[in-house]
Amino acid sequence: MTQSIFVPNDTTAWSLGADEVAEAVTAMIAEHGMDAVVVRNGSRGLYWLEPLVEIESPLGRIGFGPIAPHQVADLFAGGAMPTAAHPLSIGLVEELPFLKAQRRLTFARAGVINPMSLTDYRAMEGGVALANALAMEPQQIVNAMKSAGVRGRGGAAFPAGIKWQTVLDAPAHPKYIVCNADEGDSGTFADRLLMEADPFQLIEGMAIAGLAVGAELGIIYLRSEYPRTEAVMTEALALARNAGMLGPDLLGSGRAFDIALRMGAGAYICGEETSLLESLEGKRGQVRPKPPLPALEGLFGKPTVVNNVLTLAAATTVLAKGAEYYATFGEERSRGTMPFQLGGNVAQGGLVELPFGVTLNQLVHDFGKGSRSGRPVKAIQVGGPLGAYLPAQHWDTPLAYEAFAAVGAMLGHGGVVVFDDTADMGEQAEFAMAFCAHESCGKCTPCRIGSVRGVEVIHRIRTGVDPEANLAVLHDLCEALELGSLCALGGLTPMPVRSVLNHFADEMRPSEKGMS
Amino acid sequence: MDDRSETQLQPDLEPNLVEAILREAGPSPTQDALLPILHAVQGQVGHISKETIRSIADAMNLSRAEVQGVVSFYDDFREAPSAKHVVQLCMAEACQAVGCRALAAHAKSQLGVDFGEATPDGAVEIKAVYCFGNCATGPTIRIGNRVHGRVSPERFDALVAPLRSGGRSA
Repeated sequence: MTQSIFVPNDTTAWSLGADEVAEAVTAMIAEHGMDAVVVRNGSRGLYWLEPLVEIESPLGRIGFGPIAPHQVADLFAGGAMPTAAHPLSIGLVEELPFLKAQRRLTFARAGVINPMSLTDYRAMEGGVALANALAMEPQQIVNAMKSAGVRGRGGAAFPAGIKWQTVLDAPAHPKYIVCNADEGDSGTFADRLLMEADPFQLIEGMAIAGLAVGAELGIIYLRSEYPRTEAVMTEALALARNAGMLGPDLLGSGRAFDIALRMGAGAYICGEETSLLESLEGKRGQVRPKPPLPALEGLFGKPTVVNNVLTLAAATTVLAKGAEYYATFGEERSRGTMPFQLGGNVAQGGLVELPFGVTLNQLVHDFGKGSRSGRPVKAIQVGGPLGAYLPAQHWDTPLAYEAFAAVGAMLGHGGVVVFDDTADMGEQAEFAMAFCAHESCGKCTPCRIGSVRGVEVIHRIRTGVDPEANLAVLHDLCEALELGSLCALGGLTPMPVRSVLNHFADEMRPSEKGMS
Repeated sequence: MDDRSETQLQPDLEPNLVEAILREAGPSPTQDALLPILHAVQGQVGHISKETIRSIADAMNLSRAEVQGVVSFYDDFREAPSAKHVVQLCMAEACQAVGCRALAAHAKSQLGVDFGEATPDGAVEIKAVYCFGNCATGPTIRIGNRVHGRVSPERFDALVAPLRSGGRSA
């Protein structure tokens, strides 16, 4: 039987040479007449092992990685399949502690299946959720999302079922499903990984949302920094359409739903839902005041569900396995699993899907194995550029919405960025303001001007110019940004800044070097 | 592979391309078609000139100010031609944690340019961007449409050297 050799097609694997590895394997197959074929799977998110080549064995898939293109000839020496005894073998992939200790609901298929194969997708329960949804009344679907307790995974954590209810109840037509795939937070890549590894899940989730609220058109707003994701999603949408999973007659039900893919253009602010809608309408991505809520007056002024990729993906778990099943994971009002993304200076970076409630110590030390540099970890930024930098004293806080809010931090989209002891936290605080200044849409004054002033003031503090007075100004500025901004960009930029002031105050003072 | 960084055209080709893009958008495209049209022009022409802005505004029944406003808002759209190759360096936190600031300093001193500037031979321009979603294996750069991870200063030099000697970016 023809054997499959899996070489990930994912961005990270690609950035480390996976395409060249795949070419080299294909050449080996041809050269030696091997009865094998290269399958470009997505990644499992074991990023320190990429490019991770996998082959099938009676016990499960055996992994080899990281594999450089020049190692392929040795790996398949003489045209033979390598065994677990090969020096580059990491053994059975699913037995790796990093993977085995996870609870993968949303990412169960990631890296396992060929993302372009609906057969693979269906073989692992893909499509069950949509079939179930087609047999339900819209209100039943919305009720399932409510009782599962799914909260928006984009960062704001708004209950998805309540948003869907608002759109379902809105009298105006047409209605739209907008998928926010403008994953701009540094340290986050779960949306990208899901779209590249299991694109049909997103398509299915959007179709379910359409059935729930009565929308027939969905739009994915994807960031232009993700060229490979664009290629994968484009192909997946065409395949889904050909298979009747999208189009005028969803799986023969007589219900219609289709999806368009639209590209962003390099503006972080367009991850904010109202800016995103402006951008889809062909305008500058400037924030709209709320109300009106996008659920009532969203795209083209019509009722619109705007959900993150992972929120829509979660709908497939809820509809396939039931709301009760989903709600058994997590704690308090943080239900289900969260795909945490380990990045920055970490030895074993990648995707860790676990129920809410895991701690940073577990993530960074048990899964991540500490810093990549081998130096002590000093700070962990959680939740993207608007999230807090946390010192060791907070690394046992459970990663859940409530517990993080209680320590002046947030989960955001689940990005966890590790910094070792060489990081200059004063520089990070200054960058937080600089990033806000660079990405501000300019609509509201606190964000547009406050961020620029913030950079100046922090710079003065760091260089020893009247630090006490400037610190007072900085506190005032943070308050103005937090209370006076239209959206979360200005409103949350104070979070990383204050976390540095609170936890790393020494580093806001000028260093010996800076004084000279 | 599509290489958006190498898109310098003969000037007389530009109006034809813009015309073709607008024709493809249909008889009277609505404003929501503006970003896709601008992406097409940026991708095929390499920049969006004043003349192009005028053509698009006319075709879409928008004011030139509206189109200009959109072009200037988004980082992807440029009003003047870039260097032959644009090298984007991620300068966001996850890459900062693994030395992107040092990599940027190296790139600037090696090429003798700052962000947003091209080398005097017009071969290479460097640009700061924020996040390719490659956060576990930074520092990350993008050359044309190709993303590269774990880029050390040595790897940067190896990737950029061929661009300066007239080769195509991979």
